[in-house]
Amino acid sequence: MTVVIGFEGSANKIGIGIIRDGEVLSNPRRTYITPPGQGFLPSETARHHRAVVLTVLQEALQQAGLTPADIDCVAYTKGPGMGAPLLTLALVARTVAQLWGRPLVGVNHCIGHVEMGRLITQAHNPTVLYVSGGNTQVIAYSERRYRIFGETIDIAVGNCLDRFARVIKISNDPSPGYNIEQMAKRGSRYVELPYTVKGMDVSFSGILSFIEEAANKMLASAECSAEDLCFSLQETLFSMLVEITERAMAHCGSQEVLIVGGVGCNLRLQEMMGVMCKERGAKLFATDERFCIDNGAMIAQAGWEMFRSGQVTELQDSWITQRYRTDEVEVTWRD
Amino acid sequence: MELEKNMVVSEFLSKGSVLKQGAEARVYRDVFLGRSTIIKERFPKKYRHPLLDEKLTHRRTVQEVRSIQRCRRAGIPTPVVYFVDYTSHCIFLEDIVDSVTVRDHIAATRQRSHPSPTLVPLEPLAARVGRVLARMHDEDVVHGDLTTSNMLLRRSGDGEAELSLVLIDFGLSYISALPEDKGVDLYVLEKAFLSTHPNTEPLFQKLLESYAASSKKSSAVIKKLDEVRLRGRKRSMVG
Repeated sequence: MTVVIGFEGSANKIGIGIIRDGEVLSNPRRTYITPPGQGFLPSETARHHRAVVLTVLQEALQQAGLTPADIDCVAYTKGPGMGAPLLTLALVARTVAQLWGRPLVGVNHCIGHVEMGRLITQAHNPTVLYVSGGNTQVIAYSERRYRIFGETIDIAVGNCLDRFARVIKISNDPSPGYNIEQMAKRGSRYVELPYTVKGMDVSFSGILSFIEEAANKMLASAECSAEDLCFSLQETLFSMLVEITERAMAHCGSQEVLIVGGVGCNLRLQEMMGVMCKERGAKLFATDERFCIDNGAMIAQAGWEMFRSGQVTELQDSWITQRYRTDEVEVTWRD
Repeated sequence: MELEKNMVVSEFLSKGSVLKQGAEARVYRDVFLGRSTIIKERFPKKYRHPLLDEKLTHRRTVQEVRSIQRCRRAGIPTPVVYFVDYTSHCIFLEDIVDSVTVRDHIAATRQRSHPSPTLVPLEPLAARVGRVLARMHDEDVVHGDLTTSNMLLRRSGDGEAELSLVLIDFGLSYISALPEDKGVDLYVLEKAFLSTHPNTEPLFQKLLESYAASSKKSSAVIKKLDEVRLRGRKRSMVG
């Protein structure tokens, strides 16, 4: 029996979760929400995390009904993400690991998402679409690495959505993406937007600059409503994502798709991916907001896999890094 | 009149055999005008908004045909275009008979040399690919979807002649003289190459060397390729 606690805080969500042999015992989380029109900055985000981290840690232990003595391993997000928030969580993880006398495991955030998705959905060997505010990657496992088959060559799709939300001052509560999704449901007019797929990669900076410039003009002239813009933006962005996923599937001969990451909560994206899968006779796997959105349990789960396969992070190696490619990690727990 | 045209093509297709369903299109094999023909049908993608789907599908059909014609005029090996139906978005292409994808060829060659992993027998192929791509970029054709599945090796002949390598799948292609676009083209290939064929970095290096030696405009392109590679590394990965 192996119990792992995971610390996650690479962006504006702070989560601490506990996993015991594939069972999620607790997974509390807090989100730092900024006023409409504003994004979140590193120092303020770190301040938010610092203020709540010990409370969330207590919640994690209490909800799991465990004491520190029951923990076998302390996992934390090594990267990628924002520097100051990452550091806040790493510091707490290092401290408790030493206090409790337990080994540390530094986890790649992206791999945390993938491993949680695999655990919850039991997908066998899927093509993974990882989409969030900071990342957009199409990943497939091959020869001990999670290889990146396609990705954004500039900004992440969630970042595109978040920045569009700021332009038209959509609320960030509970998240800008969620509010765009609700508004899109009420939109109907399709507005043509730039569509950029380059092989298996995508580019979002073009569509973002177009819509940042055009949005206010279009809304002022009543050419379309904010709901129509949300609708058109989703249809275009998600079509691009479904396309690169399909390309990767065709290339790898894969019959399974797993969507992970915060943007993966979006039901329209899941619906579109489902239609594509049905046409190919493939299966779609997705999780709900508990596990799509950054959380501590996903770090615990990846940490559990790493720890059980013999990986441990020494104290002197327990730094954090803002850039950490998914394919840098040797996946010792799969063959 | 248009509806009739549509019906004729779909009737024709219903008699042919579906070879495969790629990400982009359904591919049939049949006989057309007495020749073995590959028919590439860009069928509607139901997950897309219909207006977006129509625009994209039409644009890609047109781009594909245009790029193939341009390549052929410059002597770059691609299938011959026999016929295009713009209402059903079908392209009737020469069937490159008795061929294997470069992807399958590399995989098979590596399997045969197993357990001693040597890439040396594949070096002439890598050099050849580099030369063909150089010619294509010098024509200002950016393929847009370079992968080892989009290159065919004709099995006939000794396999050393340049003509036996054929480029296909020009759906994402466009005309551009910008080194940036060509650099991204090579970047797309590099990523597809290394993820499909792990641990073949020296082979891809040979490809790039051959490209640089054969293209008249290569130094600016290689410089852009280096920049684009770094972009992936330097990107902020928050969230």
